Amino acid sequence: MLKYILHRIALLIPTLVGITICAFAFVRLLPGDPILAMAGEHGVAPARYEELKEQFGYNLPIWQQYARYVGEVVTGDFGVSISSKRPVLEEFKTLFPATLELSFFAMIFAMVLGIPAGIFAAIKRGSWFDQSLMGTALVGYSMPIFWWGLLLIIFFSGYLGWTPVNGRIDLQFFFKPITGFMTIDTLLYGKWDAFRSVLRHLVLPTIVLGTIPLAVIARQTRSAMLEVLGEDYVRTARAKGLSSARVIGVHALRNALIPVVTTIGLQVSTLLAGAILTETIFSWPGIGRWMVESISKRDYVVVQSGLLLIALIVMAVNLIVDVLYAVINPRIRAA
Amino acid sequence: MKKKLAFAAALLAASVLSGMANAKTLVYCSEASPANFDPGTTTGGNDFDASSRTVYSRLVEFKHGGTEVEPGLADKWEISDDGLVYTFHLHPGVKFQTTDYFKPTRDLNADDVVFSFDRQFNKANPWNGDKYLPNLTWDYYTGMDMPKYVAKWEKVDDLTVKLTLTEPNAPMLANLGMDFASIVSKEYAEQLEKSGKMADFSTKPIGTGPFQFVDYQLDSVIRYAAHPDYFKGKEKIDDLVFAITPDATARIQKVLAGECDIAPYPNPADIGTIKANQDVTLMDQAGLNIGYMSYNTTIPPLDKPEVRHALNQAIDRESLIKSLFQDAGATPAVNLIPPTMWSWDKDVKADAYDPDAAKKVLSAAGLTEIQLWASDRVRPYNPNFQRAAELIQADWAKVGVKAEIVNYEWTKYRSEGKKKDRPGAFQIGWTGDNGDPDNFFATLFACSAIGVSNYSSWCDKDFEDLIQKAKKTSDQAERTKLYEQAQVVFQKQAPAFLLAHSQVYAVVRKNVSGFMMDPLGIHRFDGVDKAE
Repeated sequence: MLKYILHRIALLIPTLVGITICAFAFVRLLPGDPILAMAGEHGVAPARYEELKEQFGYNLPIWQQYARYVGEVVTGDFGVSISSKRPVLEEFKTLFPATLELSFFAMIFAMVLGIPAGIFAAIKRGSWFDQSLMGTALVGYSMPIFWWGLLLIIFFSGYLGWTPVNGRIDLQFFFKPITGFMTIDTLLYGKWDAFRSVLRHLVLPTIVLGTIPLAVIARQTRSAMLEVLGEDYVRTARAKGLSSARVIGVHALRNALIPVVTTIGLQVSTLLAGAILTETIFSWPGIGRWMVESISKRDYVVVQSGLLLIALIVMAVNLIVDVLYAVINPRIRAA
Repeated sequence: MKKKLAFAAALLAASVLSGMANAKTLVYCSEASPANFDPGTTTGGNDFDASSRTVYSRLVEFKHGGTEVEPGLADKWEISDDGLVYTFHLHPGVKFQTTDYFKPTRDLNADDVVFSFDRQFNKANPWNGDKYLPNLTWDYYTGMDMPKYVAKWEKVDDLTVKLTLTEPNAPMLANLGMDFASIVSKEYAEQLEKSGKMADFSTKPIGTGPFQFVDYQLDSVIRYAAHPDYFKGKEKIDDLVFAITPDATARIQKVLAGECDIAPYPNPADIGTIKANQDVTLMDQAGLNIGYMSYNTTIPPLDKPEVRHALNQAIDRESLIKSLFQDAGATPAVNLIPPTMWSWDKDVKADAYDPDAAKKVLSAAGLTEIQLWASDRVRPYNPNFQRAAELIQADWAKVGVKAEIVNYEWTKYRSEGKKKDRPGAFQIGWTGDNGDPDNFFATLFACSAIGVSNYSSWCDKDFEDLIQKAKKTSDQAERTKLYEQAQVVFQKQAPAFLLAHSQVYAVVRKNVSGFMMDPLGIHRFDGVDKAE
């Protein structure tokens, strides 16, 4: 098992190098010059432009800039934001809990609804329930998040007034964050009103961010379940006279869950990508919105380090999924 | 006795609590997170709303809702006859804010004023460079040419400061009302330097302004409380909260739902919904901006004013504005400066739409082809360069001029566009900095701006003499006359097609009073009140 894990980690190294190159190249391929972007409408005098280029190190040959960047990243220095002048890592640490909290709830939402829906659709294969569920899932999968989010806000917050429009908590609640997770912090402070307010604020963004994973999980569970239900051992179990609930719940589901776990792991990158739009619509102070704003400001440092940090997280999650997969399915370990 | 004491304590607690409950809180849905809270180091309007206009004050201020300069921390000032020496007399007894991170031991004095500017240009000042924050560029200080004009700042006595210029420069006074000219506390800076926490200066601000900083949760909420010792009197609202809401639709929904009291910059598409709502008011004003199209006046036949006029006459400006700005609307531009700015000449008339007359002149001049430049960027003064280009192209086609649209990415667009030999018509615009007409006329059309921001490469002796004279005159009435004449020259020579000044909007709940749209594009909360 240890050998397997070490092997997986070794495979991450080339990926990591690739990501640093991509992150570095990406911001430089964006049209626009960070120094001119900073100067705004005023523009800068040519002499001052050269001076600034030197100050920021953009006058160096591109490979030197890259070497400098990698050197800094290896020593744990992710740089300082051009616009806010704060260390990128510090901003990331402040904002990441918000993204993590939202993604966690979105994932729970997607799993709690998606897995049972997939199971039922598989059992009632071909029924109107199955057909309409899979149709809905296809719609959910293709849903443009931005439009979906605004639609929900306008209907539930604007028209019905049931949910707050956006933000993480009502403005009347004011306390210093402890963990950065609002659901936990409000409980640590023992503020039930605040906790309820946090939950109310989570409803819409959770639905919006969880929609695509929900659709994917439901479809994946259904097809995995269908495959397993056709297996010999399931037929044998039925023939033995086991109850239908026991056959499905114990014999079929456990085996069907293996590909579902992988799917769930893969959805982490979908969640992080979706967070970019969801956080922007819901004024959610997380890393997705932070990236969008930094791109529009041409804040090279934040964008390239932010991309790298996000990629590191996705890689870590994938590693965990691989390991979990091996735990669930012993055949993988030997391979 | 114990019971009585307990009862008294309960009463006290109840009154304190009810006092808290009655605290007036104003919530502003701001459009973006501030980069930081030191207005010398930032450039965005949202940065300034969160720092200079709330926490800080300046020697002089812009009149609320206008562009005229009025006394701020300086009660009065004298300008020497040669226009080189400005002497400011500070308001006595101005208190800096007392917070849990700083307790001032003295009132504002001349040292603070000198320090506030010195740190922005003096390389020997520890607050000028990396020791304070990495990669500081002091964009506004250099952008407004302060290093060129300022010879020195001096303390005369505790309440008197002297500014000496290298040459007369009337707009200097307006510069001193700008955000970068906010006055900071030298005592606070020294304290942070001693404790080795210099970066806190940009995250925990201390000023003399109407509100004091309480807390900032990154990208989420900024909290302020009224400054109890504010030298112009404590504000009527007790707490000011910025709820950072980048999406325009969400921002408007928040005001409509009563989750915030004021929100800026609605989407043009939402204007109709807002107008129909009973609980909110839509406030608007012509922004301090201008969208225009520069002709290169050095390349024939565009060097002839009559050809430029004819091209202007060929454009159906009314339809163009309607198509570009839609429901948000815009004020058709008559002069280079917007009507909210002092010295705007009401007697100047724009070229009327007259394709027949235009056709005659253009065919006589032999103009059949022209380059028409457009970029990808949305600007406040022109939401869609490309669409504008296509509409103008169609109008010009009707008078026999074939326009070829030239596209570049925004930064490249400007660097190509400002070249002296760039041919054709170049769409561009400007958003004013300080409400001084010089900031439009000289920045955009002075001879010295050719190759920098004079995209018409236009150098007209009459115009140049007028604006240079106005720059050196400190009497505003005299300056007004000079700028009026300059506007007449501009209209006659037509170095550019003037498009429009876009409208700027804010949505305000009906129970809020005292909020004013500001032509400078800033959002101020001093003087704002809220009925329960």
